Amino acid sequence: MSDEVAANGAQERATGTETVKAGLARMLKGGVIMDVVDADQARIAEDAGACAVMALERIPAEIRKAGGVARMSDPEMIMGIQEAVSIPVMAKCRIGHHVEAQVLQALEVDYIDESEVLTPADEASHVDKRAFTVPFVCGATDLGEALRRIAEGAAMIRTKGEAGTGNVVEAVRHMKTITQGIRRVVSATAEERFAIAKEMAAPLELVEWVGAHGRLPVVNFSAGGIATPADAALMMHLGAEGVFVGSGIFLSEDPPARARAIVEATTHWDDPAVVARVSRGLREAMPGLEIGELGDGGLLQTRGW
Amino acid sequence: MSGATPPPPRIGVLAVQGAVSEHQAALGDVGAWTRRVRAPGDLVGLDGLVIPGGESTTFGLVAGESGLLPAVRAQIDEGMPVLGTCAGMIMLANGIAGGGPQPLVGGMDIVVRRNAFGRQVHSFEADVEVPALGAPPMRGIFIRAPWIEAAGPSIEILAEHGGHPVAARDATRIVTAFHPELTGDRRLHRMFVERVRASSGAQHKEGSVVGAQ
Repeated sequence: MSDEVAANGAQERATGTETVKAGLARMLKGGVIMDVVDADQARIAEDAGACAVMALERIPAEIRKAGGVARMSDPEMIMGIQEAVSIPVMAKCRIGHHVEAQVLQALEVDYIDESEVLTPADEASHVDKRAFTVPFVCGATDLGEALRRIAEGAAMIRTKGEAGTGNVVEAVRHMKTITQGIRRVVSATAEERFAIAKEMAAPLELVEWVGAHGRLPVVNFSAGGIATPADAALMMHLGAEGVFVGSGIFLSEDPPARARAIVEATTHWDDPAVVARVSRGLREAMPGLEIGELGDGGLLQTRGW
Repeated sequence: MSGATPPPPRIGVLAVQGAVSEHQAALGDVGAWTRRVRAPGDLVGLDGLVIPGGESTTFGLVAGESGLLPAVRAQIDEGMPVLGTCAGMIMLANGIAGGGPQPLVGGMDIVVRRNAFGRQVHSFEADVEVPALGAPPMRGIFIRAPWIEAAGPSIEILAEHGGHPVAARDATRIVTAFHPELTGDRRLHRMFVERVRASSGAQHKEGSVVGAQ
């Protein structure tokens, strides 16, 4: 947290407060955040109605194919995207790489994704996100993981899914697992919540907060494998407050039309007639991958702890 | 209007995208009934409308597709009170300074500057004096917030921050650059709902409410 004094010196401003950091995620709700690798894709995303873009070197499916170590993007590329669009620009740092996070903050990206899609830099610890003015979004596969990230200062959660596959099955699994975890905490007695906190390796205060409110303390989006308008609507049905679409748009045959359709389906997720209308004539979706064929070593969702 | 307890005012919240449930909760706190508005038909029977924070470019595209923007404009032109926060303020403005063209509702004699206070790292909270609401000041939550760059004679400026107008009203519209729905202070929502009550009490209404959401 830092304080700066307004230009006229009269009114004190507090930046990086929890309300300000979690507040931007609230403004993104009901929207679609799209992975983009250059300014042209960023413009396509903005013109399709994306509520934010995620700037990265390669989309997850390409990272998967290329192998090797995936790192934070070139600042030059991120700045080019910031120049190109007026909507929020997010960027990814490696898990535990707080210097990449500092670089992204210095570039003034609007949100940092401490992401399992990049190769982890620390196998024991995630970044202490409370120390930053820029808010963080982090992936989670269950309630305990979500609450650990929130304890570290994450101002937004996204279910991990399995990035770069075009296969929504893991996103569904993670969203349902989190929702089931919340239901379990809500119905637990005060005594049982001590044991749940221990079992989930999550702070008791956050477990109790979830028990009292029946939801996560921050906004929860869905990510990892969403490739069609119906996929996006499905995740909204399951309780997602918005969606990230990575490879699904720019690996499809008609990215502008598909991007637009996914935005419409996310707004009108509970209106099958709209989802049907926007799904017509989109040409081929990205080719999908069977999760079972990836092997344990091929999974990105198991990165992070 | 007769009887001991007047029915609660029926207020729509534009629900293309953004902080919809926060406004619904705030409106509920001050005694209003709310409905999400995503298509022109959702406007039928409403006494007032809130355009929330979110991304104004997304609002323009998605709402533009369904004809919702002109439908909203027609309702406001007929006197329906509207509250716009952040992106909602942008949607109601007649123009945007220094930006490309984007679809708006328009109609309010102000020009706004998007992201005027800078990127998210510069987003902030600060006390904002709103004389029309009395003391104490409101806690203004400014998130990639716009400000009002120019205002015509029909506009009453309600608050300034850092030398720029950040809240204003005219006969039908109340706008803020900050987010009263993200705090527990309900004075601004109460001001809006009182205006809605006064307006719906004075007007002949038609149409019926089909259901809450």
